[in-house]
Parts: sequence; C-alpha cells; structure tokens
Amino acid sequence: MGTITPIVMPKWGLSMQEGTVNAWLVDVGTQITVGMPILDVETDKIANAVEAPDAGLLRRRVATEGEVFPVKALLGVLADKDVSEADIDAFVANFVVPAADADDAADAAPAYQYIDVDGLRIRYARRGAAQGTPVLFIHGFGGDLDNWLFNIDAIGDKHPVIAIDLPGHGQSAVKLPGTSLQALADFVGRFMAVIDVPQAHLVGHSVGGAIAAQMVLSQPQRVASLSLIGSAGFGPEINTGYTDGFTRAASRRELKPVLELLFKDPSLVSRQMIDDVLKYKRLDGVTELLTALGTGLFEGGRQVAQPGLALAGASKPVLMMWGKDDQIVPVGHTAHAPPGATVEVFDGVGHMAQMERAGDVNRLILRHVGD
Amino acid sequence: MARKLSMKMAINEAIDQEMARDPSVIMMGEDIVGGAGCKGEEDAWGGVLGVTKGLYAKHGARLLDTPLSESAYVGAAIGAAACGMRPIAELMFIDFMGVCFDQIYNQAAKFRYMFGGKAETPVVIRAMVGAGFRAAAQHSQMLTPVFTHIPGLKVVCPSTPYDTKGLLIQSIRDNDPVIFCEHKSLYAVEGDVPESSYAIPLGEANVVREGKHCSIVTYGLMVHRALDAAATLAKEGVEVEIVDLRTLSPLDMDTVLDSVTKTGRLVCVDEANPRCNIGADIAAQVCMQAFGALKAQIEQVSPPHTPVPFSPTLEDLYIPSAGQVADAVRRTLKGGKH
Repeated sequence: MGTITPIVMPKWGLSMQEGTVNAWLVDVGTQITVGMPILDVETDKIANAVEAPDAGLLRRRVATEGEVFPVKALLGVLADKDVSEADIDAFVANFVVPAADADDAADAAPAYQYIDVDGLRIRYARRGAAQGTPVLFIHGFGGDLDNWLFNIDAIGDKHPVIAIDLPGHGQSAVKLPGTSLQALADFVGRFMAVIDVPQAHLVGHSVGGAIAAQMVLSQPQRVASLSLIGSAGFGPEINTGYTDGFTRAASRRELKPVLELLFKDPSLVSRQMIDDVLKYKRLDGVTELLTALGTGLFEGGRQVAQPGLALAGASKPVLMMWGKDDQIVPVGHTAHAPPGATVEVFDGVGHMAQMERAGDVNRLILRHVGD
Repeated sequence: MARKLSMKMAINEAIDQEMARDPSVIMMGEDIVGGAGCKGEEDAWGGVLGVTKGLYAKHGARLLDTPLSESAYVGAAIGAAACGMRPIAELMFIDFMGVCFDQIYNQAAKFRYMFGGKAETPVVIRAMVGAGFRAAAQHSQMLTPVFTHIPGLKVVCPSTPYDTKGLLIQSIRDNDPVIFCEHKSLYAVEGDVPESSYAIPLGEANVVREGKHCSIVTYGLMVHRALDAAATLAKEGVEVEIVDLRTLSPLDMDTVLDSVTKTGRLVCVDEANPRCNIGADIAAQVCMQAFGALKAQIEQVSPPHTPVPFSPTLEDLYIPSAGQVADAVRRTLKGGKH
C-alpha cells in the first residue's frame, strides 16, 4: 500500500489546546507541494494557514469547516493515487489523537519556567529535542516569547529550543539591566550562563536581532549562528512612530492601529493579541520602562547603536530575513548585511515575518542551523 | 505571573498591594477585621464574606472595624479622603447606602465642583450588588443606576477577577469618589490574574466577544449570561458581539457606538430594575447618536420592575437568564429591515 500522510491540527504557541478550522484552501484531488497552504485555522490568539507537511495528493478532508479540533487531531489525508478509499477509511477510523502534551518528555515539561538572573525574575520556555546546540529566540521591543508561537515547536522538532521574555517584557520582572543594546546583550549572556547553555544559535527579531548581533561582538563564544528577522542594528532608520505609539497607547482604541503597523495584513491583529499586549502594558512600571528603553535605543528618532554594521569578519553564519513591506525597520537595511550572509526578502510581508511567513522562516532557520 | 484567582481574592490582593504601595490607603467597615470589640487578628472575619481576611495581619491598624453605623463611617471615610487619605469603605450590601446617602451624593460627589476643583475626594466605597444569594429584597438589589445618575461619582461593576483587580487598583488611585460594585454571585468565579499590580483605566469598555450580527451591551453577572447566550446562538449561525461596560460612569459610549455601527442591532442586558437603568440609557444614547446604523428595534433584557423575591424559585426567575438574552437577540434579528 502507498504512503498515507496525516494533516493534523498544528500547535501554535505553548498555550494552544485547540483550533477552529475556518476554511479549506484546496479541493480533494489537488496535488499538494511541501509548504503549500492547505487550510485556515484560527485559535484564540491568531488565524493562520496550515501548510502541507509533505507533498502528496489530497485524498480526504476529514475536518469540517467551522468545527473545533484539539491539537494533533486529524484534519485531512494525503495519499498516493493507488491507495484505496477503503484504506483511507481505515486510516481515518484508526487514527488516534495523541493526548495533549503526553507524547514525549519535553512536551510534558511545564510550558513556562522562571529563573532568577542577576536579581531579575525571568520567564522563559525550554522545549524540543534533548540533544544538540540549542536555538535561543530573542523577541523585540515590547514583545514577548509568544511572538514565536509558530516557530518554537517547529524548530523544537529538530533542536532544543529556548525562548526568553527579556527583562521588562512579557512576564519577566518589570525592571531593566540597562537601556543600551550592550546591557541587554550582557544580560542575555548572563541568562545563558545561569541556565547552563554555553552556546546557542541565536534567532532575533527586531531589537532582539540587534541584541544577538551585539552578542557576536562582545561574547562571540556564546553564539553559534545568527538568524535575524526584520532586525534592528543594521542602520539608523527606525519607525519611532511605532515604538512611541506602542509605549503611549493606553486603550484598545489607541493600540490597535499601532499593532497593525507590524503586519502587512492588519486583520492578523486579533482581539486577543491586543488584549494580551494591553495586559502587559497595564502592569505597574511598564510604561515608564518602555519610555526609558525607547529613549536608550532610539534617542532622537534613530537607532543609537548599530552592531550589525560591525559583523563583517566575525565569522559567524548570518541568515537575514525581512518582509518587503516592513513598516518598522526598513527592508533597505538588508544592504548592510555582512559579506557571506544569506539574505531572504519576503513579498507581501511586514515586520513579523516569523508569524506572517512562519513556514518559510522555519525552513530557512532549520537549514541555517543544520537539520 | 498569572495564576487562577477568585474574584474575592482578586479584591483582597488589590487592597493588599495598594496598602503596601501607598501608606495613605486605609480601610473601614463592619467586621472587616474581627468584629467590633473582638481582638481582631485572632478571630478575623475579614468582612461579611471574608474578602479582607488576612489584611489586618499585614497592615494592622490601617484597617478599622467600625460600629454598625454606615452613616458614621462612610462620612468618616469621605472626610478622611478630603483631608488627604485614600480610604476604602466597605459597605457590605449596596442596599444599605440609603442611610449614608447625604454623605455620598450631596457631599463627596460635590466637593470637586463646589470648591472650584481645589478639593479632591479619593474615596472608594465597595459594596456587594445583585441577586441570586437568597438574601431577599433588602440585600439583593442592583442599584447601579442610582449612582450613575449623580455627576461627581464614578461607578464600576466588573465581571472577571482580572478586571476586578485592575479596576479596584485604579479606583483606589483615582482622585474622585468611586462606587465599586461587586456582584456577590461572582465572588467564587476564578480567572487568570497577574501577581503584579496593574491598573485598568476607568471609562473603558471591553469587547469580550466579537461578532457581526448583533451587539449585546451589559456588565457584571449579566456578561456571563450573555456569553452563555452567545454560545447557544453561535450554534444557530448567529455571531453576537458582547460589550462589557466595566465602568458605568464614566460610560464608554465610543465602544458601544462602534459595535452597534458594525452590527446594526442592539440588545441591552441589565440586572438593574428596568426603569431608568443603564440599559435604558444606552438605548437612548444609541438612538440619538447612531439611529441611522440601526437595522431593527433595540431590545432590553432586565428583571421585572419588582423587589427581588425571597422565594428561591421566584428569585431565579427574576434574574435575566441566558435564554431570555438569546430570545431578545432572535427578536431583533427578526425585526426591522433586512
């Protein structure tokens, strides 16, 4: 009998338990290629397309549009032409949804952990493969580790993954070790020391990318490679209308247009996403902290430090990914990539390529860090 | 870090954190420590339902057990606020406001205006509201409209533990008198609440569910009834949007109007008696400001215009149900232009 490949409900983010199938994007009988969007799924956080895990012929739509399915539930079946309908019936009937988070030891670990680093309580997630050099995700200004909800598990299939809430961000302590890239880079290095990770592949988004680049300069021994997305630190331009607006916005009404700047398709900004950001911004001290950080990093409306420009000769592999329609950090900064860097620009993508083009970003990172 | 907390414990934590942050925050009420004349710490009541339990051990004499005289301690709290303290007065049941009403509506609410903006009265008066507690007509009322009627008072009525903590912290920090209404049937409801302090601005509604067919505007316990109705209606292909007002004065009409402009239909759900309640006010304002957006008649779901019955069967029938809310949505969907 030919190969049968299940299409299952993906797990986007550490807290995702279930998702709603909004729409099928392909008909039965369509020849699917790897990475092709095959159906739209919505969670309480975000809506996105599920991409084909493998190539094959779509033989069966198991999931009905509008219905809710748990993570890893069977949504559809890919199979060769010569597989009989009866075999597919049997496959569907015998498919067992793995119990949530019980299929491997890493998944059974708590989704989030907390650790004290230099007196600051830091939240992080550590998951994925047991062996290998870990991949460390560093978010940007005002972000948190949930910015990586489409990436953590995909990369974790092959590598150990760690994602940090930077100090003053997410659910880490509302306190900064300093307002310079250098201070933040030093802190991430201290964090790696405390959790006993001597070296990692760094994946940085926006200011997180600039922090990663700074780490290459000041503590190269901690860095195996750099994967940068819409990264700061490669030129002076920065949309401080975004960073100031993000800092100032106190209500849903003010915040929504600001968050919409992040995406090419503003409808990706969900009610839940706005709610989560507001919950963070309402914490005592966050507005003052973001004001101080914004001033430290972007004094006078320009990026104060540009460590990316000093990467030439650092002999670390660099992957640079950018949305062509990035409204926060201009895509033109790819011109300042160090010699030998791999540069990928995505059409129709804004500042959040790791969410807007998750499948491509994940594949590029996996190729960059070595499958 | 967020963890599950009941609304009751969210209130406790908000008061605890504000007392720790600001030494001018004090609390007064009946039996909030140990009952007048008792030793307090050892035999603490923590209020009639234990909301303030444990706070006396941490903050000592800043929690004052008062005699059974609302007119005395509410007046004392308002006076202390006018003199620079940030008192929280706990009134047990909002039904008892009558005996101390001069202090509230004719004094506290007026100071800022009558002293040319030079006087501030940062007092919070907390009280339980609502029916469902088998406590009969004198301990079960939803008197929110009595207070929204009076300029100078802010009125809050949260529906979740998260909102309760953030709104109470903001109410304590606010420089005007705030009537903080806690639905007793929600005290045990649990939800995610961050450990850190945070403040939710007063006067900002929350869209708790998005939908395109009909808006439900409500607050307090009725938010949960509306959510239940929405789940039923979703199975019929009807997607309702639910606006939780959270703060009743000032009122976030912008969010209400945005929602009604989007859906074209409005159901107001209010546990307060129907004459001149919050829902009636919302309906009137929508008619005046967004009449052109309405595709059908506005529906109102409220209890009957009677005191809350003592009979458990009748009390359950008195409180608006999810079924009544769903029926009101179906009526407005059938009505009007298509």
